[in-house]
Amino acid sequence: MASMTSYESNINQVNESAVDRVFMLGNTAFLLIITLLILLPLVFIVAASFSSAEAVIAGKVTLWPVDFSLLGYETIFEHKKVWNGFANSIFYTFFGTIFNVTMTIIAAYPLSRQDLIGRRFITFAFIFTMLFSGGLIPTYMIVRDLGLLNTRWAMILPTGIGPFNLLIAITFFRTTIPPELNEAARIDGANDFRIFLSIILPLARPIIAVLALFYAVNTHWNTYFQALIYLKDQELFPLQIVLREILIQNSIDASMLIDIEDLVAREGLRELLKYSLIVVASVPVMILYPFVQRHFVKGMTLGSVK
Amino acid sequence: MYLRPVDRSTPAERAAAPGFIGRLRLPRPEQWGKLWLRIRRNWQLYVLLFLPLLWLVIFRYAPMYGAQIAFREYSPAFGIEGSPWVGLAHFERFFKSYYFKPVIVNTLVISFYSLLAGFPIPIILALSVNQVKMRLFRNSVQMITYAPHFISTVVIVGMLFQFLHPRVGFTASLANLLGMAPPNAMGDPAAFAHIFVWSGIWQEMGFGAIIYLAVLSTIDPALHEAAVVDGASRLQRIRYIDIPGLMPTAMVLLVLSTGRVLEVAFEKVYLMQSPLNLGVAEVINTYVYRVGLLSPILDFSYSTAIGLLKGIVGLLLLIAVNYAARRFTNNGLW
Repeated sequence: MASMTSYESNINQVNESAVDRVFMLGNTAFLLIITLLILLPLVFIVAASFSSAEAVIAGKVTLWPVDFSLLGYETIFEHKKVWNGFANSIFYTFFGTIFNVTMTIIAAYPLSRQDLIGRRFITFAFIFTMLFSGGLIPTYMIVRDLGLLNTRWAMILPTGIGPFNLLIAITFFRTTIPPELNEAARIDGANDFRIFLSIILPLARPIIAVLALFYAVNTHWNTYFQALIYLKDQELFPLQIVLREILIQNSIDASMLIDIEDLVAREGLRELLKYSLIVVASVPVMILYPFVQRHFVKGMTLGSVK
Repeated sequence: MYLRPVDRSTPAERAAAPGFIGRLRLPRPEQWGKLWLRIRRNWQLYVLLFLPLLWLVIFRYAPMYGAQIAFREYSPAFGIEGSPWVGLAHFERFFKSYYFKPVIVNTLVISFYSLLAGFPIPIILALSVNQVKMRLFRNSVQMITYAPHFISTVVIVGMLFQFLHPRVGFTASLANLLGMAPPNAMGDPAAFAHIFVWSGIWQEMGFGAIIYLAVLSTIDPALHEAAVVDGASRLQRIRYIDIPGLMPTAMVLLVLSTGRVLEVAFEKVYLMQSPLNLGVAEVINTYVYRVGLLSPILDFSYSTAIGLLKGIVGLLLLIAVNYAARRFTNNGLW
């Protein structure tokens, strides 16, 4: 309540009529229901992942682990494919994000300068790719002809610059860096490279953070489609492809279940393992989430101001 | 528009972009010398732009040039330019194909269902959250509702399969508890669109509300103060102050989503498809992928033609919807 601005508290004290009180009660109930609807499935998944295989397959788990066990997690950690996927995803996300952010920043700064001839045309050329594209097959053919198929490059190079991300970067530079700064630096004898490296880049730290987040989560860590069409070699698969095989296509190495003779127990472990895998795959982003949420919101709002 | 990294930005920010469609002004001949001087003065900026432009040409514009194979009978032996022209043969083949009707119908059904259900909900959520002044409650609601946005599509669909599993899922547990027969929702074609749309809303409503909350925070508090003095209830203030304040943003978002109705989220539909539901789950994007890269005889030209058709119709749709929005509400993209 301390955060309330003075006029707000005045409004509330003076004018909290019966109608408003009923409305606020309904509003709070509505938000509680929404929040629970979002939370409950997540709680169920986590609860199931810590339960025993028997409890999972018998459908006994609701919102709390039944017969607490770590078997699902133990089985995953022995699975080489999952680890390999993790390592690959980290590789693609790390180098891919560096590439994306670098390209976006070196494009956005010149395009934010009002004195650049052709600025509007080039910006439009980037934006147009949001509205129209050559399509799946022609893009695939380019990647193929460049010899990138089934290489790690195919996961990085085609992602390049996201037009939306470019736009928030241009907006950032436009709104935070006054033209006078540039003129003053010029008078002091700095050229554009110098201005970019010594003045712009240090000032760009907040936007670099936002871009890195957007690219890392949306373009790399959470996507599978690029890998699906460009990669054939199992060794190169990112985590999401491995997840797809296990969660969606239900294909699990028989070797992982070989110790268990009982058919029912085997089936139970198969399902248990999926719950644990869902948790393990989402944990890296979810751990970061409370820290980065602020930046995401900032980025989203930055994009919406002209 | 397939190979772009998945762009989870809402259309509003894309719309509100600077220089969205710029007016081009050519200089008069007597200004050319001065123009050259200005270009030369900034040559280092063009050096910075070189790599991004090179990337843009190779990975975005070269495919547009390559899309001409839609009008040729492409064979790898002859290459793009060497393959013979066939005119509109591939387009005709698609129109006459058995798949034409179901693919178009499925795409439109899923799209408009998503749009109708998914468009108002983030607005309602934002209006509702905006009423809450208790900081702890407000922050918790926001934090929890944003969270599913960060879960990957594969995991979301995996969760759906587990959650709705006929034997071990949450719905099965619930049905057991109530003594009912557990349903097999994921295998039921009639349930496909509902599951697709509502899981999408579950995942994105919080994140979609961010932009509306940002707009609500910019509404002049004096409006609310005046309304309170005049005895307006909270509901009336929402109706007459907050909603009109959101309208321009909402219109822009609506225009953009309508322009993208043919772009049903490929990644998710493809994961949710099974032989049981393919009849209602095959959309343009998945069909293009199946024809172009999955079938035993890869038909690049045919697949490209369908993709190109989708792209052109989408672009025309966007222009038309924007025109209508400008005409009737004075809000639009450009």
